[in-house]
Amino acid sequence: MVAVREPVPRRRVDWGRVGLHVGCLAALLVMLYPLAWLIATSFKPADEVISSLRLLPSRLAMSNYTTALEGVGGVSVLRLIGNSLIISTGAVLGNVISCSLAAYAFARLRFTLRGPLFALMLATIMLPQHAVLIPQYIVFNQLGMVNTFWPLVLPKFLATDAFFVFLTVQFMRGIPKELDEAATLDGCGPFRTFFRIILPLSRPALITTAIFTFIWTWNDFFLQLIYLFEPEKFTITLALRSFVDTSSQSAYGPMFAMSVIALLPIVLFFMAFQRFLVQGMASSGVKG
Amino acid sequence: MSRVTYHDAARVFSGSSPVRAVDGLRLTVDDGEFLVLVGPSGSGKSTALRMLAGLEEIDEGSVHIGETDVTSMPPKARDIAMVFQSYALYPHMTVAENMGFALKLRRVPKKEVRERVVEAAELLDLTDYLDRKPRALSGGQRQRVAMGRAIVREPSVFLMDEPLSNLDAKLRVETRANIAALQRRLGTTTIYVTHDQTEAMTMGHRVAVLAGGVLQQCDTPRELYEHPANAFVAGFIGSPAMNLETVPLTSEGARLDDLTLPVSREVTASLGESSEVTVGIRPESLRLVSDEPESLALRVELVEELGADCLIHGRTAVDGKRLIVRADGRRPPSLGETVRVVIRDPGEIHLFDAASGARVERPHP
Repeated sequence: MVAVREPVPRRRVDWGRVGLHVGCLAALLVMLYPLAWLIATSFKPADEVISSLRLLPSRLAMSNYTTALEGVGGVSVLRLIGNSLIISTGAVLGNVISCSLAAYAFARLRFTLRGPLFALMLATIMLPQHAVLIPQYIVFNQLGMVNTFWPLVLPKFLATDAFFVFLTVQFMRGIPKELDEAATLDGCGPFRTFFRIILPLSRPALITTAIFTFIWTWNDFFLQLIYLFEPEKFTITLALRSFVDTSSQSAYGPMFAMSVIALLPIVLFFMAFQRFLVQGMASSGVKG
Repeated sequence: MSRVTYHDAARVFSGSSPVRAVDGLRLTVDDGEFLVLVGPSGSGKSTALRMLAGLEEIDEGSVHIGETDVTSMPPKARDIAMVFQSYALYPHMTVAENMGFALKLRRVPKKEVRERVVEAAELLDLTDYLDRKPRALSGGQRQRVAMGRAIVREPSVFLMDEPLSNLDAKLRVETRANIAALQRRLGTTTIYVTHDQTEAMTMGHRVAVLAGGVLQQCDTPRELYEHPANAFVAGFIGSPAMNLETVPLTSEGARLDDLTLPVSREVTASLGESSEVTVGIRPESLRLVSDEPESLALRVELVEELGADCLIHGRTAVDGKRLIVRADGRRPPSLGETVRVVIRDPGEIHLFDAASGARVERPHP
């Protein structure tokens, strides 16, 4: 038995720690304030939205929500959310399928120019979206796809998000090579090895890809603004803008209400999938 | 018929200075034989095994399984099963799925897959774990699942790449015996790679010793121990290693310290002009004596007590050559003491060419 001496109880207050906590709380407040203000303001009556800077509304008004739920330009909110969902889901599917396939090739298969092609793929991460915007627009215009959802979804099926390809390549490199070899001896070709072994084991990387693709596509405004112009095809982010400049008087109250509505699906999506993020990290079971 | 033959097979890793990982390997493993490939790390033993599995290309020569030339066949067409050092169990599949995966890919009916998996599980004492994931198994159980995955396929050749090196010492000894018994029961040709010479000596019908990608000797464990083909094999097989000393050769014999070891005329003749010879004496060929005229004085530097035996590390009094003696464990000498040793039987002295390392001996009858 080893005798453990009890530590002498310290009476002294650790001011450094207190300061740290106070600092963190203050920072948290600063970060969360805009969100709190957004939610609070969405419940303010119309005259109070601009005139008062107070956080809490003087009385709870649901009028902003009723206006927001009516939709924009004759298009219902459900339609707007539906459009956003179609585009976001398409983008998620596209990215998960194409990025995992591309990543498998880079991580595991041997082919000529693999190194240079991988470097080239990485280089496209540095390329700003705006640099390719116009040529891309011309291409989609000639394909007759402008004012459809295709320009927002189709590129995702072509593994154009190099960041996710890179993320998945790194993850797949961590999967022991012996598993591929065992699969080869069991009778798998490259495709079966991918679908039966590598893909199920890459789940954490795929879920990360799915979560971020969903959030970024859902929140995207610029590309949707460029490619969609019929109100029928508007997404929720495009609808938000129309509150500000469609009428002579900007409807700020309903806009805040709409913002809260737009936030909900993302929060739900994140809550549904974030546990997989953590779960997957702990799944390694190869060595004894 | 599943005899395995390497015909001068070589694997060359290209690069700025190409490495011949396996060089001109000529080896035949008979049907039902348990052959152990042993050697230090980098000796090419794993590469030789992977060449047979189809995981490594064969750059020169050819490899046959039975009558079939498998040199350019894909792994799945070779009818082999392999147990990996890391086991390489699929983490997302249960034990049963792991074991039945190869059969499933070959479209064996589900019922038959189940039967064969259950049968193998019974053989390996895994019946209770069939629905578990590898993560929930102990090291020994994972090892058995890896074995089971190979057995279920009923291949013509088993390949095992250091399958015991991730187990603790006690389990390793136990599993060693189990694998050898299993192989005898199944009668499947088996090639087993290890760096552990105890495994090599206890498990294999024959043992092939590799060094630097070149086959040094392939023989039964007893032959390897009693008639090592060269100084490398002599030093590698046996634990503790054989005492190998290069000593001057005179007309009377080889001089080890103040002792003259008799060397026959034929041997001296076969050594030609050389004035030196490498003498090999196993620690167990040396015996402690109280005082005899033809004995060697040894100053004790270290005593390793193993229970039944003790290993005495010492230096000879005149030349300061290091020798290890295996002696009775009940009466270990103390450090710094000078003991006297004799060679148990002059027939147990091994002689090797000092330059080439090759064994020099009159051909034994």
